[in-house]
Amino acid sequence: MTALYRAAAPETLRIVPLDALTLVYHRASGVTHVVDAPVPEMLEALDRDDLTVDQLLTRLSDSYDLLDADPAALAIRLDELVEAGLVERL
Amino acid sequence: MRHVTHLTIGPVGFRIGSDWRAPIAQLEDLYRDYPKPGIPDFNVHLFAARPWRKILRPSVMIGGDYTIPDAAPLPLAQGLLAAEMGMNLQMALAQRRYLLLHASAVERDGKAVLMTGISGAGKSTLAALLMARGWRLMGDEFVLIDPATGLAHAFPRLISLKNQAIAVAQAAVPDGRFGPLLAGTPKGDIRHLVPDLRAIRKMAEPAEPALLLFPRFGFDAAERPVPPSEAFVRLTQSSTNYVHLAERGFDALTRLVQSVPARAIDYPDTDGGIALVEALA
Repeated sequence: MTALYRAAAPETLRIVPLDALTLVYHRASGVTHVVDAPVPEMLEALDRDDLTVDQLLTRLSDSYDLLDADPAALAIRLDELVEAGLVERL
Repeated sequence: MRHVTHLTIGPVGFRIGSDWRAPIAQLEDLYRDYPKPGIPDFNVHLFAARPWRKILRPSVMIGGDYTIPDAAPLPLAQGLLAAEMGMNLQMALAQRRYLLLHASAVERDGKAVLMTGISGAGKSTLAALLMARGWRLMGDEFVLIDPATGLAHAFPRLISLKNQAIAVAQAAVPDGRFGPLLAGTPKGDIRHLVPDLRAIRKMAEPAEPALLLFPRFGFDAAERPVPPSEAFVRLTQSSTNYVHLAERGFDALTRLVQSVPARAIDYPDTDGGIALVEALA
């Protein structure tokens, strides 16, 4: 079965775009993450719906110019976000 | 503790106890114009590791509300430095009300210039020289950012001058009050300069941060803007309590880097550094 992903509950995150980089404060852990594109876009897409890797890739490709539309690379990014607690794997 | 003094630096009160008279006497002389706190926020203890160490090759251990285990003691001749390190230690480990930035700061017309950087970047020297040129010294070690207001609060302890900076400051502030020369400390030669009376009298007045500077000493003169994300990362590295303040720290720091311009400046000598700061401020 293909895993679905969902962003952590919005009330647990503080997302502050600064310039090229975005700050994500994770209330549950107290950790501040400094992230680059497409992480904020991933969190936004996964906040609206639970998505598989392929669905997320399609969603991001529709909305943004992805330089590297590689599902394997996106899955690695997602695993990192799951590890950090910013995304849940359902 | 046998010998005790109290002093207020900015919004923080200290009680300093010592097994020896000398460090307390030096503090009372150098901090004679500072107000005394009501109830101190932090305790600093200067004590002998063993009873006979009070007399035999006396060496000063630094303790207080918070202690670093296994910290090396200092010889009694450097007792003043031990007291200053003890106060810094309590601030670094226990300050929770303000976001603590390892930075020097000066103020003019209610606007504060914050200067942060690694040891040797010239924070203290620039602050001392700007004080000599009519700026209000807010501190040479810590700036306290109030998460509730975003304002910078002063922490004008003695200015800690190291090695070559001692002669530079003596030339710039010929009528300044200097502490004893502490030779051969872990950071080389150190001499303290007492902030001028204006810095002491106005130390309870906060100021609005207006410019963040990241100076580097010993390079050809250069200047570049620092984007907010880089300023944020560099300031988290220069804050000892960002993590402890949790979301209050995040709010205070994001507000600071979003509202205050930041510049990295390289300067070849102190005159060049002063010129750069005054041109940008």
